[in-house]
Amino acid sequence: MNIHEYQAKAVLKEYGAPVAEGVAIFSADEAEAAAKKLPGPLWVVKSQIHAGGRGKGKFKELGADAKGGVRLAFSLEEVVANAKEMLGNTLVTKQTGPAGKVVNRLYIEDGADIERELYLSLLVDRTVGQVAFVASTEGGVDIETVAEETPEKILTLPIDPDAGVTGEAAGKLCDALKLEGEARADGMKIFPILYKAFVEKDMSLLEVNPLIVMKNGRVRLLDAKVSFDGNALFRHPEIVELRDITEEDDKEIEASKHDLAYVALDGDIGCMVNGAGLAMATMDIIKLYGAEPANFLDVGGGASKEKVTAAFKIITADPNVKGILVNIFGGIMRCDVIAEGVVAAVKEVGLQVPLVVRLEGTNVQLGKDIINNSGLNVIAADDLDDAAQKIVAAVKGGK
Amino acid sequence: MSILVNKDTKVIVQGLTGKTGTFHTEQALEYYGTKMVAGVHPKKGGEMWSSGLDGAAELPIFATVGEAREATGADASVVYVPPAGAAAAIIEAIDAEIPFIVCITEGIPVMDMVKVKARLEKSNSRLLGPNCPGILTPEECKIGIMPGSIFKKGSVGVVSRSGTLTYEAVFQTTNAGLGQTTAVGIGGDPVKGTEFIDVLEMFLADDATESIIMIGEIGGSAEEDAAQFLKDEAKKGRSKPMAGFIAGRTAPPGRTMGHAGAVISGGKGGAEDKIAAMEEAGIRVSPSPAKLGETLLEVLKG
Repeated sequence: MNIHEYQAKAVLKEYGAPVAEGVAIFSADEAEAAAKKLPGPLWVVKSQIHAGGRGKGKFKELGADAKGGVRLAFSLEEVVANAKEMLGNTLVTKQTGPAGKVVNRLYIEDGADIERELYLSLLVDRTVGQVAFVASTEGGVDIETVAEETPEKILTLPIDPDAGVTGEAAGKLCDALKLEGEARADGMKIFPILYKAFVEKDMSLLEVNPLIVMKNGRVRLLDAKVSFDGNALFRHPEIVELRDITEEDDKEIEASKHDLAYVALDGDIGCMVNGAGLAMATMDIIKLYGAEPANFLDVGGGASKEKVTAAFKIITADPNVKGILVNIFGGIMRCDVIAEGVVAAVKEVGLQVPLVVRLEGTNVQLGKDIINNSGLNVIAADDLDDAAQKIVAAVKGGK
Repeated sequence: MSILVNKDTKVIVQGLTGKTGTFHTEQALEYYGTKMVAGVHPKKGGEMWSSGLDGAAELPIFATVGEAREATGADASVVYVPPAGAAAAIIEAIDAEIPFIVCITEGIPVMDMVKVKARLEKSNSRLLGPNCPGILTPEECKIGIMPGSIFKKGSVGVVSRSGTLTYEAVFQTTNAGLGQTTAVGIGGDPVKGTEFIDVLEMFLADDATESIIMIGEIGGSAEEDAAQFLKDEAKKGRSKPMAGFIAGRTAPPGRTMGHAGAVISGGKGGAEDKIAAMEEAGIRVSPSPAKLGETLLEVLKG
């Protein structure tokens, strides 16, 4: 689960991380009052969307030479003017895709005098199974680019969970970031704080890009991007409250209500599969035969008839879907349950597009009988290869 | 032969009294009489668990894993405990010095697994999973949730990050007449106990395993690491014919595809890099998940 920058900063501030003073606003009417709460003479007006690259992003509705999604303001009037121009418009960045994202929230922040921009993040390093810091002197730019062009400028430092961030580890990070004097003293305090926040709040990513050294020699988190481990949200109701569903796809929200793993894609063949690996493989084989999947959908191991029905409805709600492939290899999941769910769903929502069903595994014959005796216009497939070819042929033939 | 489990493996069940634990324990007992020896439940120690099977098989329930191990001499444990308590259950099994722990549970917080991993490193226990289908040696022992009916005793070692793709590989090698020595699902989580390399090492060492199918997916670098390991072993003269598959060629970057570990992030973990690394290590990677058996047969024919 992702949250906005201003929310991330509030979470980190509770742990004692140095962030600028700021106020979040939802309408331009609030801009002046928000700016007055800050000392000035420099304000930063920042679009709050769940995507990076905001500064270099462009608003769809504004001209090509209009400013981006993060703007400096040198007076209260400028803060208000920028807020009016940004709120409600669609920001397109490198990470949003061409559709962009509507800016519904702004964060007005106290400006800072920047001396140096650094990069710092925490993530779970799978190779060692530990939380690791990633640090680089090259902040404010894409870390992927740095990794490609100058990998020697990046330090990855895994932290032993039993020891935590030791003085030695914090020292190594200071060295990697070339922190001296007061900035070094700040760094020694900040690294353990961020680690504690990461672990206690079950984060999956904490990215500070940039971490800055200011002209006064102190360190501050200029930006903060935080994602949380969805599997740990049950123990963080305070984090769940920060969820902004306007940032999410409607079909994905509906799917999450039914505990279905669903990802919307751009193609025209809807898929319903059990198991994440098989669901990905089903997308791949559709592509292999020259078509594009409309979605990833894993109904999971213990799906009920109701869950299958819900999954079917979500797939058919996508207007791009020109055909549906159901691919089930029953282990725990019994083929007859899937078949009953498919039949019930089709009877409820109707079937306007070709449907290919491939069943294998536990109770496969029962499942096939249910489909065959349903009177529905379903194309049966013998195996995965056959299924993929049949649905691609059916969709292409229909065009 | 086989790896990790065989007809003598004695298994206890953590989370036996729940619906999932009960169902799969019944299935295991029915699968060539896998030696399920006891269950563990903190509040039900001293009670008996009854299956719904004909002849109503019963298992004793102990309050702790330690007591269960002492009483039964179990050498493996399977964990069906729900996510919030699963890490504690694994740690209890580690503390009781169970040699082989299989965790089926999906949805364990990553930070819990970081703690488990640290404990595991300081122990002699091996963990398989979590978020995995378990392990099955045909006609001998079934731990976890794999459907026994698709297996056939044979010569292929199967290792996979995905449950249902394990079934595809098993089903296809059965249909190809090859059968399996052991199938191992290592699971789809980012932090886990057993990695590809551990299983590949065992398959290389197992005389009955004549060929191997390895199924990976997007996210992380475990496939690349495994490919490097295979290249290094081949230089020492250790290699076996292998076919493979990587799921997620069409997955968009930055989106988690069902499995917590299946995500391309920061330009890393994409399918093409993994496929290239595996092919460089001599694995024939099938472009189609429907042609795993066929691809392996081609490799074997040379």
